[in-house]
Amino acid sequence: METGTIIIGLTIFVLACFAGAELISKVPQTLHTPLMSGSNAISGIAILGALIATGRPESINAESLLGFLAVIFATINVVGGYMVTDRMLQMFKKKKRKKKNK
Amino acid sequence: MSTVNIIDFVYLISAVLFMLGIKNLSSPATAKLGNKLSMSGMAVAIIATLASPDMNGYIMIILAIGIGAGVGGYAAKKVEMTSMPEMVALFNGCGGAASALVAMAEFSGHTGAFANFTLITLLLSIIIGGLTFTGSIIAYTKLQGIISTRPITYPFQQVVNGGIVLLTLLLAWVVFNDPSSTFSFFLIIILSLALGVLAVIPIGGADMPVIVSLLNSYSGLAVSMTGFALNNNALIIVGSLVGASGLFLTMIMCNAMNRSLANVLFGAFGAIDESAQDAGEGPTGSMKGFEVEDVAIALENAESLIIVPGYGMAAAQAQHVTRELGDYLTEEGVDVRYAIHSVAGRMPGHMNVLLAEADVSYDQLYAMEDINDDFATTDVVLVIGANDVVNPAANTNPSSPIYGMPILEVDKAKTVVVLKRSMNVGFAGIENELFFRDNTMMLFGDAKASIQSLLSAIKK
Repeated sequence: METGTIIIGLTIFVLACFAGAELISKVPQTLHTPLMSGSNAISGIAILGALIATGRPESINAESLLGFLAVIFATINVVGGYMVTDRMLQMFKKKKRKKKNK
Repeated sequence: MSTVNIIDFVYLISAVLFMLGIKNLSSPATAKLGNKLSMSGMAVAIIATLASPDMNGYIMIILAIGIGAGVGGYAAKKVEMTSMPEMVALFNGCGGAASALVAMAEFSGHTGAFANFTLITLLLSIIIGGLTFTGSIIAYTKLQGIISTRPITYPFQQVVNGGIVLLTLLLAWVVFNDPSSTFSFFLIIILSLALGVLAVIPIGGADMPVIVSLLNSYSGLAVSMTGFALNNNALIIVGSLVGASGLFLTMIMCNAMNRSLANVLFGAFGAIDESAQDAGEGPTGSMKGFEVEDVAIALENAESLIIVPGYGMAAAQAQHVTRELGDYLTEEGVDVRYAIHSVAGRMPGHMNVLLAEADVSYDQLYAMEDINDDFATTDVVLVIGANDVVNPAANTNPSSPIYGMPILEVDKAKTVVVLKRSMNVGFAGIENELFFRDNTMMLFGDAKASIQSLLSAIKK
C-alpha cells in the first residue's frame, strides 16, 4: 500500500472522529439509548467487507466461509440494531397536555 | 469513471446519510427520520457492494443475509424494553465478531505479500473485534444475571491480564514478520477472545452500562481497522463515528459517577467492602416503613411531585403503572415531573425509553442539571427503585465509595417517598442514609404492586 493511500485513510479517520464527536454531543440524554443502538447498527457496516470476502472467491474456500459467517453476524447487527432503534423511537411522543395550567 | 470510483462515490453518499442520521437524533421529533436516513445509507452501501462486477457466491450471500436478518429481526421484535441493555450488548458483540471475521477472511484470501500497514490493521481488527465479541457476551450474561453481577477477582488479576496483552502483541509481532506463521495467528485469535472475558469479569454489574458503551466504541474501532486494511472509506468513516459515539457515552457516564475510566475498568467497584460498615460509617437510626394509606395521603396533599425512576422500576416492569399514577395526579392538579439521572438504569437513557414506552410525554422528563434546583421547593419526591443516584452520602460523606458523584438531591424536598423492594443495599452495595431520614417514607414491596395499591388508595 502506498504511503499516500495510508495518509488519505488516516485523514478521513481523524476528520470523521471530530465530525462524529461534534454531532453526537448534540444528542440529548433522552435519546442516549437509541443513539447507542443506532450507532451500534451502523457499526454493522462491516457487512460490506463481509460481502466482498464472501463474493470475491470464485469457489467456496476458507475466505468465503469466513465471509459467510461475517455476513450473518453483521446482518444480525444491522437488522436487529435498526429495528430495535426504530421500535424505541416510535414510542417517543409528545402528548398534548390538556391539564397544564390547572 | 471506473466501477471502483462509482462504488466509492456511493459510499460517500451513504457516509453523508449516516451523518445526517445522527444529526437528526438531536431531537425526539426528528429522530425517527434520522434512523430512516441511516438505514437508507446502509441499504445504498450494501446494494453498491453487491452490484460490483467481480461478485460471486450470491447464493451464499442471500442465505447468510436471510439467517442474519431472521435472527436479528426476531430478537429486535421480541425484546422487552427493560432488557434493552442486554440486547444492545449482544448486537454489539455481533458487530465485533463480524469485523474480526472479515479481517480473518482477508488474511486467508490475500494473494501476494502484505503491505505492513495492511497487516497491522488486520491484526488490530482481529484483536479488538475478538475481545469486543466475548466482552459483550460476558456483559450480556452479567446484565441478565446469568453470572454473578459482583466483580470476579483473583490474585494478580491485572498482572495476568497485562501478561496476556503483552503476549498477544508479541504474537502479533511474530505474525507481522512472518504472515505464514499460522500457529501464532490462531493463538492471537484465542487470546483476544480470552481477553474479552478476563477484562469484563472483574467489573461489577453496576458498571456494565459503561462497559457496553466502551465495547460499542471498540466495535467501531475494529470496523475502522478493517476499513484501513481493505482500503474501504465507508468502513473507516463509519467506524470512527461509532468509536466517537461509544467513547462519548462512556465519558458521560464516568462523569455522572465522578469516576475515571481506569477506575471503572480496574477498580472492581462493588466488591463487598466490609471496612466502611465496620468503622461505624453506616447510617444510624431505623428505616420507617409506612402503609400505603399514609403515602397516598402525602401524595394527595402534594401540589408538586417529582418522580425519580431507577432500575427497580424496570425490574418490576412498573413503567406503565407509574405513568398511570403520574397522569392521575396531573389530572388532580398536581404538577408532576420526572427526574432522570444519567446513570439510572442499566444504560444511558434507559429510563427515558421505558417511560416513553409507557407513553409519558418526553417534555415531562428532566435531566439532573435541569431539575436539581427544584427539589427544595417540591412537596413530594417519589423514588421508584433508585438508590445510589439519590444517595446524599455522595455529597456529605468523604469515606463513601460514591463521594463526589453528582446526585439528584431529592433529600431537599419536603417529603421523600421511597419505593423499595427490600431493606437490602443497592446494586453497588452501598448503604443509603436517605432511607433513614425523618422526612423519608419507605414503602417496601414490588414497585409495580406498590404503585397499583397507591393508585387505588388515592382513587378511593
